[in-house]
Amino acid sequence: MSERAYKKPVPRVDEESKGYWEACRRHELRIQRCRACGTFRYYPRAVCPQCLSSDTEWVLSSGRGTVYTFTVTHQNQAPGFREDLPYVLAYVTLEEGVLMLTNVVGCPVDDVRIGMPVEVVFEDVDDEIAIPRFRPRTPADPHDR
Amino acid sequence: MSLKNEIAVVGVYEHPCRWAPDKTAYQIAAESARGALADAGLTIHDVDGYATSGVGPIGVMSMCHHLNLKPDWLDSTAIGGSSFVAQVAHAGAAIRAGLCRTVLITYGSTAASERFAIGTGGGFATDPPDNFDAPYGPTIVGAYAMAAQRHMFQYGTTSEQLAEIAVTMRRHAGLNPYAKYRDAITVEDVLASRVISSPLHLLDCCVISDGGGALVVTSAERARDLPKKPALVLGAGIANRHSGIGQRDILDIAARQSGKKAFERAGVKHSDVDLCMIYDSFTITVLLTLENLGFCPMGEGGAFVQGGRIALGGELPVNLDGGGLSSNHPGMRGMFLVIEAVKQLRGEAGPRQVKGAEVALCHGTGGFLGLRHSGATLILGAA
Repeated sequence: MSERAYKKPVPRVDEESKGYWEACRRHELRIQRCRACGTFRYYPRAVCPQCLSSDTEWVLSSGRGTVYTFTVTHQNQAPGFREDLPYVLAYVTLEEGVLMLTNVVGCPVDDVRIGMPVEVVFEDVDDEIAIPRFRPRTPADPHDR
Repeated sequence: MSLKNEIAVVGVYEHPCRWAPDKTAYQIAAESARGALADAGLTIHDVDGYATSGVGPIGVMSMCHHLNLKPDWLDSTAIGGSSFVAQVAHAGAAIRAGLCRTVLITYGSTAASERFAIGTGGGFATDPPDNFDAPYGPTIVGAYAMAAQRHMFQYGTTSEQLAEIAVTMRRHAGLNPYAKYRDAITVEDVLASRVISSPLHLLDCCVISDGGGALVVTSAERARDLPKKPALVLGAGIANRHSGIGQRDILDIAARQSGKKAFERAGVKHSDVDLCMIYDSFTITVLLTLENLGFCPMGEGGAFVQGGRIALGGELPVNLDGGGLSSNHPGMRGMFLVIEAVKQLRGEAGPRQVKGAEVALCHGTGGFLGLRHSGATLILGAA
């Protein structure tokens, strides 16, 4: 067997999260919204903590957001990450209002700023998993109105 | 049922080791138990309640086996490095409820000699939130660095201001013969050290050491019969923070909630506090904790820590032992916050003694500040 090229942790797909990961595999970012109280939630979970309803829909996110905060990681000994140093760990606020821990990719690490507009980009890990990360988008992006 | 003036810390011991390849973690804990019980004027046979943390999910039973303890009350609170601060409150509540009379709390760790890369080693659990964090490579230092970055953006806080905290802790460490690093450093030294996770430099980060310690907690009434001056529990609070369902102000930390409760319960004002022992995993932890505890308004922490205010002789001396930034950090520093606070309140702190110290505040932060963390505040008073 050949050594697996992707060395970072691969998310576990379980009953609570499979709707999310199935959408990611199609390169769609879908965020849960409670059908009972209308609240968006991330990360995905079966029961809405606001009202404890299990009635949930998966809303297609615009995939656009802004950097809430970030750090340029220069030291991490974990496999998959040590090869990527330096890399950007960030919280991105999606247009839907939820905050995601993620990476900002696709630009020099020193270009990342708080408030920077970003958009989702998927990295295919295997047949089942694609990881959403974010790259800079320009305000002139045709998707922006 | 309040803990105020009802519960006392009557024995403390900080293990002097910082690098102990010749000892096990259990041995360090047992040697610390011996030290704290001797300090309290008690024996192991007086112990009828036991607490520890950092020993794995059911490791408290192994520690009991190791110490041959069969207590009436057990606790293995696992909320990270703040656990031992919280356990003083938990022990106090158990004693007040009549579940036990004398609680021993121990800690031992060989993090340094076993080469645990605590801050930057990866190694995540697989519970649901971790499952959505781990793919992105968070580190402990990264989780604190993101808060520092946001603080700088929102309030204009500078790396020089954060460095001032490291410089002050090192100055205090120079007065502690057991501190891991004792040679003075400057703001320039901190800024010149390599960046680990921006904006935090190497010298913004705590040391990794071996170490341990122990505490003995009993009723204030019983404390009166013991040889040394006790430290009385005035008030405590415990809280946590996370990003919930996707909303968060990363600068609103658990200290805001736990500190408010502790001050209310203690019935003391900020101006009554003579010294603080604040978990200093990183420089930003101290700044955010001081703000969230209400010692200064949000955003003014950078200016607050400058000009010697948090140094011995200043308005609010912080971490007189040199803190995790310079003295010791075997992974869970909460234990040492309580030990040093008690020494200060007894007047046993030698060259680093805050003169006339009557009220000390300990605040532990556990976990990953920017992901999920706990806060435990304990306000102690001299008897």
